[in-house]
Amino acid sequence: MNAGQSASFRRLFDEVGPVDAVGIEERVAKYTTRSIKKSAKLWGLKTAVTMVDLTTLEGKDTPGKVASLCQKALHPSDDSTVPPVAAVCVYPAMVRHARRALGPGAKVRIASVATAFPSGQTALVTRLAEVRRAVADGADEIDMVINRGAFLAGEFAEVQDEIAAVVAACGAATLKVILEVSELETYDKIRAASFLAMSVIRPGDFIKTSTGKTTLNATLGNNQVMLEAIRDFYLDTGTAIAMKPAGGIRTAKQALQFLIAVKETLGDAWLNNKRYRFGASSLLNDLLRQIEKERTGAYQAPYYFSEAAESY
Amino acid sequence: MSRLPITKTPKVYVGGAFIRSESARVFPIRDAVGHFFANIPQCTRKDLRNAVEAAAKAGPGWAKRTAYNRGQILYRLGEMLEARAAEMIEALAMGASSPRIRAAAAREVTATVDRLIYYAGWADKYEQVLGNVNPVAAPYFNFTVTEPMGVIGVIAPDAAPLLGLVSLLAPAIVSGNTVVALASESQPYAAILLGEMLATSDLPGGVVNLLTGFRKEIVPTFATHTHLRAVSGVATADERKALKLGAAESVKRTHLLKAEEKTDWFADRAQSLEAIHDTLEFKTTWHPIGA
Repeated sequence: MNAGQSASFRRLFDEVGPVDAVGIEERVAKYTTRSIKKSAKLWGLKTAVTMVDLTTLEGKDTPGKVASLCQKALHPSDDSTVPPVAAVCVYPAMVRHARRALGPGAKVRIASVATAFPSGQTALVTRLAEVRRAVADGADEIDMVINRGAFLAGEFAEVQDEIAAVVAACGAATLKVILEVSELETYDKIRAASFLAMSVIRPGDFIKTSTGKTTLNATLGNNQVMLEAIRDFYLDTGTAIAMKPAGGIRTAKQALQFLIAVKETLGDAWLNNKRYRFGASSLLNDLLRQIEKERTGAYQAPYYFSEAAESY
Repeated sequence: MSRLPITKTPKVYVGGAFIRSESARVFPIRDAVGHFFANIPQCTRKDLRNAVEAAAKAGPGWAKRTAYNRGQILYRLGEMLEARAAEMIEALAMGASSPRIRAAAAREVTATVDRLIYYAGWADKYEQVLGNVNPVAAPYFNFTVTEPMGVIGVIAPDAAPLLGLVSLLAPAIVSGNTVVALASESQPYAAILLGEMLATSDLPGGVVNLLTGFRKEIVPTFATHTHLRAVSGVATADERKALKLGAAESVKRTHLLKAEEKTDWFADRAQSLEAIHDTLEFKTTWHPIGA
């Protein structure tokens, strides 16, 4: 990092405030010690279901696979007390297939990862065209990646200008800004990037941890840094920004710990799918498995739920 | 110079690691003369849940091993027990000085090693005996082949706490199943020591998971857990009822011996091909003969 870059980071850290990394780790370690049982657990599990962005982001995605994902999103379980998920999250080419499967005005929203996901390494004009096309095809929400190269080089104005251009391209669609925390290296930079994004997006837009395509994804620590950024931004400006951790959240137990973090950091106003989401593909199955365990009292085999149909 | 005693904290062997119970609770056991011997982990249904997860994770890899390799590993487990026989005899006798008790413990350890060798031998042979090419009236083959069931629950008896446990788990793992076993409640220490031998026997972590604790806290979960494909063991009349009701609900096999009837674990009939058969699924498939 040259002198110019470190000076611009220093100015930004002074402006948004530093992060006490040890304090964050200590704080989130406590979240895993809460005892959530019975009716509170069931409430948490079902709330988590309503917050899931059921995701498929693979090269081998097909219209048929997306259509079955949409059915699962609308009706996750035979148990009619289990609500539908918040959204399906697909690549832009799959948006029109998702729209056909869900129908217009469906309860489940369609999110799409536009802007040359996951690297973001194409020309801005290409990324904006991708966003417009996804919205035109029926996407309700756009998940964009920030320009990490520009951010790490200290070109903060460029990062913000690009986000602002995507906001404009989104029109009525909700925007989620992926910081890709694993490439930002420190909690200080995650907090700084959160503030850069929050100051150009609209109320109700999201900041999101990760693409899920790198080794390190959403952790309670990253989540906590971003939740505290959202809290401080809200107290400063009155603008409520939403949050989406994504990648690596596979178990119901993890999901409940993330919800505890939301409850204890931002309060009940954020405990709904307008303000908090989980980006995940296999989490839903584990949530359904634990809901069934609460209903029947018997531990369930994972192969009773879809996408885990190996012989063991 | 006097030396402080180095006492051992017994831990259970689950998922290839030595762990305390999830609740961190323990219960004391006493040696043959009534002195405090050790605190044993008091596992509960949550430990059973975690052990089943570990067993399920280990399962595909274990089932994919060649039959020959599984036999080698079971044989090596026999070797480990043979080499540490004196320690195991001590664990079974629990400090008793009576020659009768010590001889009985030695006999149990020897029989356990022999039982492991017996099933090790079957590893690459049971398929020839139990599988089949079925007679058909057209130009194709019709095969019946065996497959392991998955995760098997084992409930060990109090009589012959080591031999009974091994006699129940060895025929299950020989075919590629994985096992979650509940050790004898009154004499759990042999199972703790067996775990330490399993860890040095090339057996992949999670193939055998050994829990200690109170039957009344864990047996009901053996009955209801839908991820267990079968339960074999020794149970009282009440436990058998609970296990069979739970098994009917969760569609699992049960092979239950009656706790109120004496089982001779040393007898030849305590080891059999039938015991391997009990935890196998049979798949029948056809194949064209060709020109």
